[in-house]
Order: sequence, then C-alpha cells, then structure tokens
Amino acid sequence: MSENLKFVPHATCTFCGCVCDDMDLTVDMDEKRITKAENACVLGKAWFREHGIEQRPYALIGGREATTAEGVEEAAQILARARFPLIYGLSDTTCEAQRVAVAIADMIGGTVDTTTSVCHGPSGIAFETVGESTASLGEIKNRADMVVFWGGNPAEAHPRLFSRYAVTPKGMYIPNGRKDRTVVLVDVRRTMSTPVADIFLRVKPRSDFEVLWALRALVKGRRVDPSIERRTGVSLAVLEDLVARMKSCRYGAFLFGMGLTMTRGRHFNSGALLALTTDLNEFTHWVAKPVRGHGNVTGADNVVSWQTGFPFGVNFSRGYPRFNPGEFTTVDLLARGETDAILILASDPAANFPKAAIEHLKRIPVISLDPKTTLTSQLARVAFTTATYGINVGGTVYRMDDVAITLRPAFESPYPSDEEILSAIRDRVRALLGGNRVPAVAPAVAAAS
Amino acid sequence: MTEVMTLIGGRSSKQGTALCAGKLAPEYIELTSVVEMNVEDMARLGLSNNSKVRLRTPVGEAVLRCKGRETKDLPSGILFMVYGPMTTQLMAGDTAASGMPISKNIDVEVEPVPEAGTGT
Ligand code: SF4
Repeated sequence: MSENLKFVPHATCTFCGCVCDDMDLTVDMDEKRITKAENACVLGKAWFREHGIEQRPYALIGGREATTAEGVEEAAQILARARFPLIYGLSDTTCEAQRVAVAIADMIGGTVDTTTSVCHGPSGIAFETVGESTASLGEIKNRADMVVFWGGNPAEAHPRLFSRYAVTPKGMYIPNGRKDRTVVLVDVRRTMSTPVADIFLRVKPRSDFEVLWALRALVKGRRVDPSIERRTGVSLAVLEDLVARMKSCRYGAFLFGMGLTMTRGRHFNSGALLALTTDLNEFTHWVAKPVRGHGNVTGADNVVSWQTGFPFGVNFSRGYPRFNPGEFTTVDLLARGETDAILILASDPAANFPKAAIEHLKRIPVISLDPKTTLTSQLARVAFTTATYGINVGGTVYRMDDVAITLRPAFESPYPSDEEILSAIRDRVRALLGGNRVPAVAPAVAAAS
Repeated sequence: MTEVMTLIGGRSSKQGTALCAGKLAPEYIELTSVVEMNVEDMARLGLSNNSKVRLRTPVGEAVLRCKGRETKDLPSGILFMVYGPMTTQLMAGDTAASGMPISKNIDVEVEPVPEAGTGT
C-alpha cells in the first residue's frame, strides 16, 4: 500500500439494489484501488476490492485492439445498418447513460429492453394490472411492525436489507428494533435468511399463487378447505394464524423476490401478492415492494418509463413506443432469431440467458460495454472497456424503493464512462442516418393531413 | 437410474463475491458447476459429495458435481444451484409471452454419471 491515501466518506455501493450510501472508502491513489470499505457487507467489500483498474484494451473489434473512437465508428455502422436492432441491459450503469441508451433506440427505430425483463418484469406487468401500495425503505424501517419476505434470500443477495431497513434497525415507531417486528419468511427451501424469521412457511414449489389466493380468501372471511395443505405444504391453521397477525399489525410490508416471478405463474404470482396487499388495506396499512437485484435496475425502470411511458420491452419501429412483453423482450427476440444487431450495456446475457437466446447472440453483431471481460464481451464484435459506475463515474442511481441517490466516485479511471461512449455512438448514428430513422409522422400520414 | 426432480436456480453470497472478481475466473466457474441435492436422494441414487451427475431437460443437459444438503434444508426431490453458464443449458427460451424464461422450479431428469475407476 502506498502513502498516497484518500478517504471518501458517504460513498455509494452499487452492487445490489440496496444501494447503501454510507460507505466510507479508503483509496490507494497510486495503485488506484480501494483498500477499505467500511460499513460494506461481504458483497459490497468484494465489489470495491475487485474494481481496481485492469490493463485492458480500450476496445476490441473482432478481437483486435482498437481505440474507443474506432469502436464507436464500428458500433455506429452496425446500428445504422441493422433492420431490427436491440439495446439491452442498462441495470448496472447511471441514469445518465440509460437516458442516452433509450435515445439511441428511439433514433434507430429499434427496441430497448432491460434486465428487468428477466428479473421483476412480471411484477412490472402485475403493477400495471393490479396497482401498487408502495413505500420507501425508510418508511418501512420507521413504521413496519410486520415484515413478510416472500420468495427471496436477502441474507445472501441483499445482506444489508435486514440490518439497515427491514429487520433489526430501530425506527421512529419501532423503538426496540427487532423485538418490535414480526418477521415472516416464505420460501421453498431453508436458506441463510431463514433463521431471521419468527415464522417460516415452506411452500411446495409452484404453489405460491395458491397460498396467496388462500390468504386472500381468509382475509375476506371466506372458508378455505383444509386440503390446501396437501396442495401447498402449508396447513390451514398456519395460514389462519398468519392472516390474524397480518390484519392486526399496525403497518405491514411485503418484500418479494424472484421466487415469485421466475417460476410458473410469473406475473400472476406477483399480482396475487399485490392484490392481497390491497385486501389487507381494508384492515390496516400494508405495502409491497419488489426486492431488486442490480444496483440501478430500478433506475432503468424509471428512465425507460419517463422517456417512453413503459418500464421495459419497448419498441420504436413505428416511430412511437410500444410495450409488449413476449414480443419486445430480449429473451424472446433472441430465442426467435429476430434481432439482427444488439448493443449490450453493462450486462452479461451470454452467462445467464437460455441456450437458444445465447446461440442467436453468436450469430449477430454484438456491441458490449463493460468494465470487465465477460462471456458476452468475449463474443462481441465490438467490446468497449468502460469505467465503473459509482467507483470511477458519478451520476444518479435509484435504490430499489425508487429513491434517487447521487454517486460519489472514489478515483478516476483511464477508461471512458458508458455515457461518454453511448453519446459518441448516438451522435455518429445520427450523422449516418441523417436524423431519426423512423420519422415522428410517417410521410403518407403527413401528406394526407 | 434416472429420476425427475425440481431444479431451483438462485444466488449465493459466494457467487456474489466471486462474480466481482470476474465470471471467467476458476472460482466462479467452480461455484456454478455444483448442484445441491437432498442427502437421502443422493444415497438412493448412489451418489456422494462431489459425484458427477447429469441434469437433462428437453432443451439441453449439464454435467455437475453434487453436494449434499439435509432434508430440513432442502426437501427430497428439490435441487438448488446458482445461476451461471450451466443453468443456461437447461432453460427453455419460451417465456409464455411474459419476457421471463422459467428459471426456478424446472423439471429435470437426474442421472448419475459413472466416473472412470469407480465402477458405478
Ligand atoms: S447490501 Fe448491497 S448495496 Fe449494501 S453494501 Fe451490501 S452489496 Fe452493497
């Protein structure tokens, strides 16, 4: 370690959707690396430790080293030529970069989709259908005396959700912290999160919807047959006890994970939980929040929503935004072989998409922006090395409860930010196309009016 | 002998920390190549910790190392593994018009893979 140390107080960790903004960082400015991250959880510590400056080419074109400018030219040519291009990812970068990504999709008449479509996309669909009783994490910390975690394992995926917001902290109306809260956990298996719970419901796989619907019936005073236990693994007595507690608490919060969205039922599962939340508001106050994974996936939802009116899976082929999950979402577009070029921003679909989708990625020109080498960057025609948001790049991110947080970067990177590269691509594509590919008003319509 | 079980994909904190170091590093590849299985199911299939097992779905297959979990933690018939290059082999591309491929609770055929010299 050198003597040249810098202290960065109140920095922000962007590893997970908790976006903890109380990180006190010590930075070795000679070695360009963070040597200490106070207050960070085990994941946050790894995030800061592993994001020093790696010696990598600024860009690779077909595996050959290139400058960022050469990469921009090649990427712009690909996007300008493509007939059905897709811009995907967005969840691990700043809102400022996300905004430019949406602008490019608009300009080229393409599609923009985010990692939300393979995370809480089904919850997004359910929000539109059922509605949302919402709260900030601060409100949950200060008020919630009953918290139900459904289909998630925060101890391993969002470690500080328990200690900072939802289980142990003392709040304005929760003076004794953990002692004042009833904590319930619902999952198909025991995890590291289970010991935190006062009540653990182990449901059979693929029966969350049935459990939620039975709870709705009980909340409304309807009869539920004891055979519910055979179907779901949870006895009627346990469900009745839970309902009594839920109706009599002062302020309840559901925090739900991908155990609901990634399994059979998808948006129906999320919708059932949101409907149960609505039902409970007849008796006392309840809110429901999806627990979000990537550091700024919530920002991606917000930016895409405020620019297009829809949260993900948005297509501009007709010159105006259309939202249609299943048609304009990335797994579908790739697995059906429809997309002919893709720009992947801060995401690694080659490491987690279904095989059929990955096979198509290998057939089309891929442009990737990532601080690290990934399976996706390895198969990219143009792979940019970027600076890491939150560590080298400032800007805005949204915490999982839609609260905007300003980043305090720790040290500079020699690599450009996502926003800088995307802005250069946008300008070059605009020059190549001579403006928007799809006119705001189609010529035939304009002539007729 | 093959059996049908239910595979749950998910995250773990070890995967999270390994991911920061890089998804191409040996530690990440190792972590994403292990499937957790109920110990009684393993005994019935003649498997022990670190035995090789093949998981198969209609779209693909993956050969993994298994790791035993007690029944109180992981019920019989359920498998758990962290997302990674191996789970992608088993996931179907269809999303039922939702955008979301089924990534949890996938039915998989489980088959022990004999290893050279073990005679199993
Ligand atoms: S909980 Fe999430 S945001 Fe907070 S320190 Fe841990 S990884 Fe970072």
